[in-house]
Amino acid sequence: MIDLSWMAWTWPTAIFFVVIFSMIALMGVWEYVSPGGAPRVGIFRFETTRGDRLFVSLLGSAFICLGWLYFTDLSLWYALIVCAAFFILVFKTV
Amino acid sequence: MEKTWNNKAWFFVTPVLVLVAISAVIPLMTVVNYAFQDTFGNNAFFWAGTSWFEEVLTSERFHSALVRNLIFSGIILAIEVPLGILVALAMPRKGFWVPVCLVLMALPLLIPWNVVGTIWQVFARTDIGLLGATVSGLGIDYNYVQNPLDAWITVVVMDVWHWTSLVVLLCYAGLVSIPDAYYQAAKIDGASRWAVFRYIQLPKMGRVLLIAVLLRFMDSFMIYTEPFVVTGGGPGNSTTFLSIDLVKLAIGQFNLGEAAAMSLIYFLIILTLSYVFYTVMTNVGVEKPQKGGDA
Repeated sequence: MIDLSWMAWTWPTAIFFVVIFSMIALMGVWEYVSPGGAPRVGIFRFETTRGDRLFVSLLGSAFICLGWLYFTDLSLWYALIVCAAFFILVFKTV
Repeated sequence: MEKTWNNKAWFFVTPVLVLVAISAVIPLMTVVNYAFQDTFGNNAFFWAGTSWFEEVLTSERFHSALVRNLIFSGIILAIEVPLGILVALAMPRKGFWVPVCLVLMALPLLIPWNVVGTIWQVFARTDIGLLGATVSGLGIDYNYVQNPLDAWITVVVMDVWHWTSLVVLLCYAGLVSIPDAYYQAAKIDGASRWAVFRYIQLPKMGRVLLIAVLLRFMDSFMIYTEPFVVTGGGPGNSTTFLSIDLVKLAIGQFNLGEAAAMSLIYFLIILTLSYVFYTVMTNVGVEKPQKGGDA
């Protein structure tokens, strides 16, 4: 077994990466089922594909969490709900 | 023509995936792991939750370094991009002077960053440096070691000297790829010099300018070696950019958790600004396709 202790793994960060990689894998499956990336022009008036929308969602979620930490003392779990809503918003409108 | 599908092509991508994983993904994952923990060495880590992120986000020191870095990148782009275009337009397209100009332009790019810093550190000194002594000789009170404005001017001029060539070479590559027929058509139409630039040369340079702006933004936002060698981040903290501050935090203070959190925020800012630049520049003037498609 490879020793990965130098990477300082914890369960929460491991779960975080599993979720991210699962999303990317899911995008692969989605592309296989429905090829072409579903390009369209959304509210920002430029063309985006599914990959772009995932990228914008993840990036936006990171900033939502950082903003949450900066502006509130509430639990990050609430921020996760906001992130989920943001994901839906991006995939529907961008 | 029908696209050929061959899954064996994935084998050709594998080495790149492995390289990117080793050089970028695995280190990034390690940084994420560090950002949520505290360590005192010896591979012993303690869960710290989001406290390092809160510390960085509310840190006056981080805000100042970020603002300094944004101002620096703005100045660099505002100078290097127009200057690079002007120099590229002035360069000959044919004849003996083409290789001479190209070699001269490439020279600053070949010098290692720490050597550039050392050159400018000596060059700008008021006692032995040609630039510093000349400026002082003209009666101008110049001292980059003590005056923050002088330190900024020195760092900006050094970066312009080092990197404008990159913008020049990229723009020049875009200019020489324009067929003569475009210029002939413009001449027949009686187009002015400005019209030729605005409607032929600038659109044709669009792609290379995008690369130039992205490269210069990312490089200037991550700048470390040159200002560190010339000013060491001073006087005071006046030229302490994010990367210099990050190294002080990680290596100087061995505060790995906070440095990791700062690295991630720094990375997110670069990623976002680069994406915005890329998206804006690739979509300007592009015809919009029809609306539609699934989520």
